[in-house]
Amino acid sequence: MINNFPVLVVIVPFISAIFTFAIGVIGNVENKKFCFFITILALLLAFLMSLFNLDSVMNSGTINYWLGNWDPPYGIEYVIDYLNAFVCIIVTFLGLMVAIYSKKWVEKDFPDKVVSFYTVYLLLMTGLIGIVVTGDIFNLYVFLEISSIAAYALIAIGKDRNALLAGYNYMIMGTIAACFVLLGIGYLYIVTGSLNMADLSKILPELYTSKVVLVAFAFFIIGLSIKIALFPLHTWLPDAYTYAPSPVSAIIAATMSKVGAYALIRILFTVFTPKFIIDYLPITNILAWIAAIAIIAGSVIALAQTDIKRMLAYSSVSQIGYIVLGISLANPYGIIGAILHILNHAFMKGALFLAAGAVEYKTGIRNINNFYGLALIKKMPLTVGAFTVAAFSMVGLPPFIGFWSKYYLILGSIAAQEWTFAIVILVSSLLNAAYFLRVLEKKYFEVKEEDKDLHKVILSPSHSSNHTLDDIPLTMLIPILILASGIIILFVFISVPLGIVEHIVNLLIGGI
Amino acid sequence: MIENILPHILEKYNYYIYIVLMMIGFYAMIAKRNLVKKLIGMNIFQTSIFLFFISIADVKDGTAPILIPDSAIYVNPLPHVLILTAIVVCVSTTAVALALIIRIYKEFGTIEEDKILEVKE
Repeated sequence: MINNFPVLVVIVPFISAIFTFAIGVIGNVENKKFCFFITILALLLAFLMSLFNLDSVMNSGTINYWLGNWDPPYGIEYVIDYLNAFVCIIVTFLGLMVAIYSKKWVEKDFPDKVVSFYTVYLLLMTGLIGIVVTGDIFNLYVFLEISSIAAYALIAIGKDRNALLAGYNYMIMGTIAACFVLLGIGYLYIVTGSLNMADLSKILPELYTSKVVLVAFAFFIIGLSIKIALFPLHTWLPDAYTYAPSPVSAIIAATMSKVGAYALIRILFTVFTPKFIIDYLPITNILAWIAAIAIIAGSVIALAQTDIKRMLAYSSVSQIGYIVLGISLANPYGIIGAILHILNHAFMKGALFLAAGAVEYKTGIRNINNFYGLALIKKMPLTVGAFTVAAFSMVGLPPFIGFWSKYYLILGSIAAQEWTFAIVILVSSLLNAAYFLRVLEKKYFEVKEEDKDLHKVILSPSHSSNHTLDDIPLTMLIPILILASGIIILFVFISVPLGIVEHIVNLLIGGI
Repeated sequence: MIENILPHILEKYNYYIYIVLMMIGFYAMIAKRNLVKKLIGMNIFQTSIFLFFISIADVKDGTAPILIPDSAIYVNPLPHVLILTAIVVCVSTTAVALALIIRIYKEFGTIEEDKILEVKE
């Protein structure tokens, strides 16, 4: 049983998706409520299995799982090492949290689509987990498309009719991206005759000067850059995040772009090697500068937004810049920063979108200027507290987890002698502070005399249980609080993820 | 010089057609303002990639990849299988796109992007 966990972590959500659909469609209306429980159960199982996977990787090294027992270059192989075990845990955990959160939202916003929502949601998770565990590039493309198609449907599922056009535009961009990845796979297949990542990395070094390999590489980079919404190619993202239902925005922002970043790391460091991306093609320099522009541009545009979700969307554009910057610095500190930021941003952006969604659920207000005079802090202290924690973490203040990734990214920039990037990170932190404080100031506007209460809420969001606990349903509140307390707890116990991340760095650029 | 180009093109014409088709599809996806035309462009784009994969599978004088005792030369079946999967993906994407277009038409009463953007504001 345990031996099969690498594949079961994909299969369990997938089978559950079919099961959810069957149970929801066949039988009476009462069955609809089981859909939620099946989803939670499946994602909980997937989360536990990915924990077990990490455990076995720590005990006995990389797991190679051969589907149908076919030898690797011919059959499909699932490879679990430190990197994907780590990302898999993030994805399944966030998936579980957002699934719990989505229960009341779905019942309120589109009660007639409960069955479809959970079916498509599970398919999205299947695709994301599949991208993470697979060791075969064509399999990666298939899972990329499963997750993307599920995402197009989820974005358009809500009541907001603008979401339809946003979903359609995302679909056009996403299909271009996926087709580029497919073309990249095709070009690599022409010259190597292999689709297995480990096999490719053995064959490719002899062919690094080949033009076909360069073309394949370019297709991969552009395709994945669209998927993760790197700055000039981010145009689909703001609309999609803004108009999608909040749980969907949260799951896409927290996991989908992270999985894209994971795929980029895999292509850059496993299929191609650091030697190629540094010596043969100065792609890391180009990517680093694009990322720096993304960081600044995303923050500046976020500053101009009045819709809170659109602001968070542009902030995502800038945060993706951090991850790509860390990757493309290609030195140990930079990689540590990038991979920690995958974890941090998943938690922070998840918490921010969920908290913003909770405010919208309660009051229906999304425009930042309308937060004036609401005194939200009195009505929903825990939610606003969680939002504050996540916002300060985004700025990079010390008692929150966001500090660590920025710390390592700055160390990485200094180690690479690129002072500009260190300055870019600092400037962007200031801009982050500017646009988040703008929101917080309006949320707290009428409670200046209660500054002491306010600090209590910010510092201990998990156990300040007072009378306003019932401002939103418990299923919405708990995931927000778990993510917010995770931001603080992980700051203290940063050595736990850091221990894993150090193994990942050895794995990726051990040779340098 | 010129006499060399023609045989070259004739020899590799399916690759050139793939590139031309791909650019036609790409142009339609970017430049057309009608959502259905965009979708058609997307399908042309995807189909051109299938053509590319099938072309790379071909072997000169190769037969179908069926186990026949006498003939040892057969075309590479793996890209065919990959493309079967990619066709399924393409069909699913098209289905989702058409569903979205139907809902857009119901909500906005048009499938011209410009008019939708006018209505949206």
